[in-house]
Amino acid sequence: MEEVDAEPPLVVVPGADPASRQLCFEWGPAEVLVCETRFDRGGGGDAAPGSSRVFVVRRDQDIYIQTLRKLFNESHGIFVGLQRCEEELAGKSRKAQLVQVSKNYRSVIRACMEDMHRAAAATRDPALHSQYSTQVSILSAMELIWNLCEILFVEAAAAGPLLLRLLDWIRLHVCDVDSMVREVLSSENPSKHKLFWNVVDVFVLQGRMDEARHLLSKEASANPTSMSMYKVLDDLMMKMPVPNLGNTQTLTELELKWQHWHEECQRYLRDGTFASNPHMESICKILGGDENAMLEKKELLTTWYHFLVTRLLYSHPTVKPMELHFYAQSSMDLFLGEESSPEPLDTILMAAFEFELHQVIKECSIALSNWWFVAHLTDLLDHCKLLQSHNLYFGSNMREFLLLEYASGLFSHHSLWQLGVDYFDHCREYGRVYLELHIERIPLNTEQKALKVLRICEQRHMHEQVRSICKIMAMKALRNNRLGSALSWSIRAKDAAFATLISDRFLKDYCERGCFSDLDLIDNLGPSMLLSDRLTFLGKYREFHRLYGEKRFSEAAKLLLMLMTAHIAPCSFWMTLLTDALPLLEQKEVIFSAEQTYELMQCLEDLTAGKPDKQKLLDDDVEIMKVEMLRLALARNLARVIVKEGTLEGS
Amino acid sequence: MEEVSARFVAQKISKARWRPLPAAALQPPDIFATGSWDNEDNRLALWAVGELGSGEYLGEPQLLCDIGHDGDVMDMQFLDQERIVAASSTGSVTVFRHHQNNQTLSVNQRWEKAHYHVDQDTSCGGAACTGVICNNPEIVTVGEDGRINLFRADQKDAVRTIDNADSSTLHAVTFLRTTEILTVNSIGQLKIWDFRQQRNEPSQIFSLTGERVPLHCVDRHPNQQHIVATGGQDGMLSIWDIRQGTMPVSLLNAHEAESDCSKVGMQFLAVLKM
Repeated sequence: MEEVDAEPPLVVVPGADPASRQLCFEWGPAEVLVCETRFDRGGGGDAAPGSSRVFVVRRDQDIYIQTLRKLFNESHGIFVGLQRCEEELAGKSRKAQLVQVSKNYRSVIRACMEDMHRAAAATRDPALHSQYSTQVSILSAMELIWNLCEILFVEAAAAGPLLLRLLDWIRLHVCDVDSMVREVLSSENPSKHKLFWNVVDVFVLQGRMDEARHLLSKEASANPTSMSMYKVLDDLMMKMPVPNLGNTQTLTELELKWQHWHEECQRYLRDGTFASNPHMESICKILGGDENAMLEKKELLTTWYHFLVTRLLYSHPTVKPMELHFYAQSSMDLFLGEESSPEPLDTILMAAFEFELHQVIKECSIALSNWWFVAHLTDLLDHCKLLQSHNLYFGSNMREFLLLEYASGLFSHHSLWQLGVDYFDHCREYGRVYLELHIERIPLNTEQKALKVLRICEQRHMHEQVRSICKIMAMKALRNNRLGSALSWSIRAKDAAFATLISDRFLKDYCERGCFSDLDLIDNLGPSMLLSDRLTFLGKYREFHRLYGEKRFSEAAKLLLMLMTAHIAPCSFWMTLLTDALPLLEQKEVIFSAEQTYELMQCLEDLTAGKPDKQKLLDDDVEIMKVEMLRLALARNLARVIVKEGTLEGS
Repeated sequence: MEEVSARFVAQKISKARWRPLPAAALQPPDIFATGSWDNEDNRLALWAVGELGSGEYLGEPQLLCDIGHDGDVMDMQFLDQERIVAASSTGSVTVFRHHQNNQTLSVNQRWEKAHYHVDQDTSCGGAACTGVICNNPEIVTVGEDGRINLFRADQKDAVRTIDNADSSTLHAVTFLRTTEILTVNSIGQLKIWDFRQQRNEPSQIFSLTGERVPLHCVDRHPNQQHIVATGGQDGMLSIWDIRQGTMPVSLLNAHEAESDCSKVGMQFLAVLKM
């Protein structure tokens, strides 16, 4: 047995009391059924058993949140698009395409986050509000992790651009300070605002040099005495070398420039240029890469990864991807200090910085309550060819495993099952088997839904499932006495056995009542009559009745005979057919020819002789009388027809 | 090409209908109703897509109001400017009223067991009401139980019920004349019923030649009452002339899957004739 990665959380099922009734449980595809058995634990034996209750315990509540449906639907579209796009593009363009896909996923997460935020603001129910707020923070954490994975794995930014991407990442996600920034910028006299220096610090920490300089210039104009200091600082900020994306400088050039600039910063600090203004001094220290100065601004940094990026910006701007984890670990230790231990989000980000893909996926799976995030991320990383294709011990690879789990979860939702189908389609090894098992278990409460499910099965040539579903619908129809519906379902499934069953039902009705029900169906069978022998017989028999009603006796006679001699009619029905022949035999005009009469006699003899329980048959008075009447009628007809056929015409 | 604006709603929509305009109106319709299906809570909603004075659209449709609906919305029709009739998968038919002053929807009338399977003990599940058509104040509904009901909007009981009108499921219904309706079923037959006659038999039956493909939808030509189009399960669109013959006049291969005709299909027909 494998070791557990984390302690399983305890879930209390409200209402289930193991102390009073013994409970049993059973696993379902996405939930556990817990039910009360009849054994009751109470000491006294006179406790009334009562009815048993069944509790459905679901782990994943998220798929039932309305606002998240957009996430599932839109990401489904992106997923299918990714699977279908051709792999002919190679190298840079392929990478650009994958980065675009990643950005699409992220924008969907963001859109969902905004919807959820709006819903949280609009609701007045505190429980709902807290649920939405939790969801917003989960979504924002997901986007944070996804963005980092995009930078490190999908785009695989190299040293230089790596820093710029990380800066963007930070600016996008550390937004606790946004309101403060807005407040100061929109005030009449920003430089007099008490939070002015905080905002300048924020800009410096996030590497937003232009905005910092802009604010400082306002301060400079208000305070002309410290003009010289401002000029120096402004100059320093302007000259700061940053990696650019245009490839106009190599890494070595950047290194050199940056070393030079760094030394300049240190010189100003040593000379005490900014000694008279503590704010500017601390800014200069930060520019020089002083970690303690940065740590003093902890509340503005808010997170250890912000600290990490700022540190990298001001001490190692040409950091290589593989070196990140050194800095990451030390940043986290320095920032968090001794008081707090890392949270799940921190461990995930750390694993990402260490380029431990499997660790990232594993940690995310544990931390998040449904498979959406890990399934889509793993699929994207698989397309980037970053996951080794080693097989997990239960047979499929990681991508397929996660997609199968996610899609199975979708199938347990009454409406999202249609999305799950496409996910199964793109799992090469087990997808089809899973789909076959799941699709049969979708509850079909209307014919329309059954038709939709059938179309999915037919498109994928899942003949077993088509037959099974049609049989279920046909059986339901039969029980509700909708024989026409039952027949149309068995035609769709090309189910001859069921068609035979339905025809037998019709024939039984006829024998009991003496007339056909549902004539509109039988009269209009058309080519579907050929589906089963019994059905053909039914159609032809009805035709016989019609011909008789229209007084086309000779045609009716021929048909009747054909039904018996060609063995279309079941043996059990021969007696009825022969009895039907009786009125034809008794007609004034001779209908059956001699040949035909002999054949009828043959049939009668076969019937009475061949029966194993002919004793029983002959014991029944009505039967004996019928047989005798038939014999008499046949003999009389034979007599008449011999005479008629023997008579020469016109003489 | 006109601009397309889309709006995401977190539910699967089964039917959408424009609100009918008063006869003298010149502008295009601006309010439509949608009904959802396959949800635990299904909803019927009204949306506005308006034009500002200068002719610009408001962008995506705006939700005016919605109301919960018991069961899937199988079919929906506007009875008049303010009332909508919805057919449910539970077999009930509901008339909703739209109050324009405060933009709310409320239930005006409901017929609970419009469609059901007869023998409650052995019956297997309910019978969905599959189609509804209105000709104010009359409402005709058909269902999986093969029953046809004729209701009047203000009467509690059905005016006329034809039990066992069909041994298979009736999928759709349309009015031919004020007293005649046309139904299609799942064994490929069209039947005309005349309410003036007392017997519970169709006055005419038409069938497809060849395979008895289930017919899913039907609509009548807006100007020529004897031309009718039906859509079948195999995506075949058939045009029938009910004055002559019992077979379709022409067959067109429209879709790959089960189709849903509506008045749009009839516009296409008019273009074809020209």
